[in-house]
Amino acid sequence: MRILVCVKRVPLTGGRMVLTADEQALETRHLGFTISPHEECGVEEAVRIIEQHGGETTVLALGPPEAEEQIRETLAIGADRGILLATDGEEWDPHATAAAIVTTIGSEEAAGGAFDLIVFGNESADSGNYQVGIRVAHALGRPVVTGLKGLAIEDGRARCEQEVPGGRDVYLVPLPAVVTVLEGINLPRYPSVPAKLRARQKPVERIEPERPEPRLEKLRLVVPAGQAKQAEILGQGPEAAPAVVGVMRDLGVM
Amino acid sequence: MILVLVEHDAGSIDELSLQALALARALGEPVEAMLVGSAEAAGALGAHGVGTVHVAEDERLAAYAPAAWARCVTDLLERLEPSAVVAAGTNRGNEVLAHVAARLDLPFAANCTQVVAGSPMRLTRVRWGGSLLEEAALHGSPALLSVAPHTVAAATVDGADAPAIESFAPALDDADLLVQVAEHAETVTSGISLAEAKVIVSGGRGVGSAEGFGILEELAELLDAAVGCSRVVTSAGWRPHTDQVGQTGTKVSPDLYIACGISGATQHIAGCKGAKKILAINSDAEAPILASADYAVIGDLTEIVPAITAELRKARES
Repeated sequence: MRILVCVKRVPLTGGRMVLTADEQALETRHLGFTISPHEECGVEEAVRIIEQHGGETTVLALGPPEAEEQIRETLAIGADRGILLATDGEEWDPHATAAAIVTTIGSEEAAGGAFDLIVFGNESADSGNYQVGIRVAHALGRPVVTGLKGLAIEDGRARCEQEVPGGRDVYLVPLPAVVTVLEGINLPRYPSVPAKLRARQKPVERIEPERPEPRLEKLRLVVPAGQAKQAEILGQGPEAAPAVVGVMRDLGVM
Repeated sequence: MILVLVEHDAGSIDELSLQALALARALGEPVEAMLVGSAEAAGALGAHGVGTVHVAEDERLAAYAPAAWARCVTDLLERLEPSAVVAAGTNRGNEVLAHVAARLDLPFAANCTQVVAGSPMRLTRVRWGGSLLEEAALHGSPALLSVAPHTVAAATVDGADAPAIESFAPALDDADLLVQVAEHAETVTSGISLAEAKVIVSGGRGVGSAEGFGILEELAELLDAAVGCSRVVTSAGWRPHTDQVGQTGTKVSPDLYIACGISGATQHIAGCKGAKKILAINSDAEAPILASADYAVIGDLTEIVPAITAELRKARES
């Protein structure tokens, strides 16, 4: 099997959002970077499927040159090779992101055959546009199932499970297919030191796509006003228990 | 005209769709609605300012199929030529509009909180699960947008007439039905799920160990609550990863979320901010969770949680 997982480099935000002076981005000078937790789960899911069925996992990221660090992290989880669609650091809108990914998939598949499965996070953790995976699936003419908490490959089909009130909805789709996953579909492994060393030797190809004009055009970012609530302190230590029960009674949850 | 995709559960309109209707009305044009499969639900929409309800009818729509729902929308778009299509920012609302956007090669703005009509349409939308806002221009017609849950209040209009109801048969093809719910598996676990619980007792790093969750479980049982946890906890192997609450995993909206020993990283807050009230139990009065909580108790959770459990038992007995 051939599996492609698409990931995004995002800052590790703390409790507070601080913007750059031009209000175009988060101030990240003091922040680390990561791939989103659910995308890490996507990589883990791909690696597990390949361990079971054989084949190769490719990881793709569109982002600044430094996003190679995040691709290397996924190679340490067990992906085999990486593709970086390197940007100049400017943000791409979801429409442009999907188009660049589709172009790369086209040349990858012409060279090495179709990807049986293409995996995305359900939405990017930062911009949250909920659409890149669906756009890619449409461009390729493949089925897409979103928001998965369970995935199994059986008899050339993907059994896809979504969590819904009261249980799980199950979809059965033929391969090749596109899926988007949520955190909780698995618990990603913690990469070992030898795995991290091996990841340094794995190939990461770099492509520099041209950024088209955005159609969902970011004008500025805003930290929501009045976001910080003033919590009512019910008390210190166990003596606060009656006050807590009072609140529960008021809320009608007793 | 603005077309709104309305979701319903067996004829009862989803509250988030009513919120989407309120935002749609703010665009200042007549509002029409589309819903799949139930004319029963349509009558109630008049009070929310809907003039005409288009009901998609086809027995193949009995089980949810995202591409088929998108086909219903694009069929109506061709016929009605609305200036915008609005949906609730639910899993389905965002999914269906993303399909519509992909099919028509249009931009789509997910989870908006405000819109200003015009070309391009100016809007505000949420990022980072609500921790940040983006002001943006949407260059496409019709404008496709979803409404961030619980950011716009649903409102009825005075003196509204009952809406006209027009059913239509969408031109579905086999590809539209390739992805469709094939079966629904009921949850087999005995406990109440995070998605449905009225109360969630959740633990973070401060709980200290897998065994430390014993006191949280005891409190949860008494309240008929679900037990949740933060990412640190699942990474440490103290709780199953299915219990984790967070932006990119399970988002919850109970009446009360009790956060025990949870510092309050953005990722976690975005997952639990849908709660009506948040009670933080934390040893650190400066922890970020306090900025998102409605109530707080400061101190050692290993003393506080059992005290609450005991107090609850006492209150029940009296």
